[in-house]
Amino acid sequence: MDNLRQGSIKEAHRRPPFKKAHKGNLIEKIMHGVFLLAAFTSIFSLVLIVIFIFTNGLPMMFEYGLTDFIFGQTWNRTTFGLLPMILGSILVTIGAVSIGVPIGVMTAIFMAEFCPKWLYEFLKPAVNLMAGIPSIVYGFFALRIIVPQIRQLFGGPGNSMLAAIMLLAIMILPTVISLSEAAIRSVPRSYFSGSIALGASPERSIFSVLVPAAKSGIFSSIVLGVGRAIGETMAVVMVAGNQPLMPRGLTEGVRTLTTNIVMEMAYASGQHRDALVATGVVLFIFIMIINTTFLIMKNKEAK
Amino acid sequence: MTSKLMKILVYLSAAFTFGMLGYLVIYILINGVRFLTPSLFAWNYSTSNVSMMPALMTTLMVVAGTLLIATPIGVFTGFYLVDYANRKNPIVKAIGMATDTLAGIPSIIYGLFGMLFFVIFLDFQFSLLAGILTVTIMSLPVIIRSTEEALIATGMPIRQASYALGAGKLRTLFKVVLPVAMPGILSGVILATGRIIGETAALMFTLGTATNLPGSLFASGRTLSLHMYILSQEGRHVNEAYATAVVLLVFVLVMNALSTLVSKRLAKGGK
Repeated sequence: MDNLRQGSIKEAHRRPPFKKAHKGNLIEKIMHGVFLLAAFTSIFSLVLIVIFIFTNGLPMMFEYGLTDFIFGQTWNRTTFGLLPMILGSILVTIGAVSIGVPIGVMTAIFMAEFCPKWLYEFLKPAVNLMAGIPSIVYGFFALRIIVPQIRQLFGGPGNSMLAAIMLLAIMILPTVISLSEAAIRSVPRSYFSGSIALGASPERSIFSVLVPAAKSGIFSSIVLGVGRAIGETMAVVMVAGNQPLMPRGLTEGVRTLTTNIVMEMAYASGQHRDALVATGVVLFIFIMIINTTFLIMKNKEAK
Repeated sequence: MTSKLMKILVYLSAAFTFGMLGYLVIYILINGVRFLTPSLFAWNYSTSNVSMMPALMTTLMVVAGTLLIATPIGVFTGFYLVDYANRKNPIVKAIGMATDTLAGIPSIIYGLFGMLFFVIFLDFQFSLLAGILTVTIMSLPVIIRSTEEALIATGMPIRQASYALGAGKLRTLFKVVLPVAMPGILSGVILATGRIIGETAALMFTLGTATNLPGSLFASGRTLSLHMYILSQEGRHVNEAYATAVVLLVFVLVMNALSTLVSKRLAKGGK
């Protein structure tokens, strides 16, 4: 229904019906220019961001040697091997996604299918609240609750890869939940009634018909969750331990690409600073791959 | 059988999600509220009172400054995309893609960019202005997207009715379409406000971390989130960090309530 309505409006906008009639008016013309200018701000900003990050980061990468930079295992003030941070980011993200996605998708199924209406009135704002809580508050919460628990259970410092994984698993929940819920809700209701008519129980209809039908939407929620997890900075820096060493285990400290920048930027200069910007370049490339995947999936879905 | 098991898992997941949220909120409130002492809101920061007042005021300044720039640009972009541009135009597609890309860039990259461009290249130093401009770019996508959606949802008939009465395009847009689309645009602006309040990584290397109220656009300061980060990293002012978390949570709660209220009004048909 909604799509239909929006589609017809878009259709109508393709041929603005009264465009010519008002062309003479000067103010109309000026404002048209102003709106056009405003619209170019996004493109302009994006181009500026790409230019400034890449021109400050790339030369250092080539000067230092691309393979030495990407595959080097040692990071200190003079040696810049980024591999520990790349692996750290990937491992933490995989961990967070493999815990957060199942919980998020199932919570979305609950909200779309099992949740009574009166409860939904509370849960929907609750998910929005989760999305709105500043990352610093999540990080602080994890520092006070998760880190001591890990220290008690497994020994060690507590500030660890496991702490970062659990924290990020919680932080990606709202993203996964809202997109998955929308995906499940957008499956035509006739799928459900058809399945019921064939004699399947409501539960079976939900898990075997509705959820599989929503899988492309659910998958794009996962992709976006990955983007959130890999880009999160301030919360992770509080709990991850941040030693610039190759990941050594779940209960040992780890440093990610994002935290690498935050940890050292305050006092960095010269090639060291460029190396941190280059870290940003690598992170940016990761994010671009993830975003492009998401956009391609979203476009596919729209068709 | 398996679907029964799945159902149990679904209930458990939901219980975990909302239990966790409840735990977080209650935990922060219980540990923080009792430390909300008057000295924490003293006008001037000192190492003994660790006042959050300058940070609170700086947060409001950053929010106000950002909205002042980002709202017109974002709303005008929405105007252009929906009411002026030809949808098939490749430029429109490019603007849409740029907006989506901006929305996906992590805040630390914005922070890096802000530092390289505003702080160093334009030589603003760590300043209110550098922070505001950085966060402005960050909040653009949210405002653009919500404006776009709100404008599309108003539909063609009210525009045609206005044209039929002899109103020009601009007049139609501002006097007829905008009032109807207002709740949708507003909820986007509120969402952006929430993001700005919670932002840390993008502000750390642009706004800086000075403890006092910035006296001018070119002075450094710190927002509440940054204040909280520094307090919890130093480790000596954990109680004050809890109290700051309470204030941040209250902000987020108010913002969310506002946006829910506004979008409910939108669902009723707006006005």
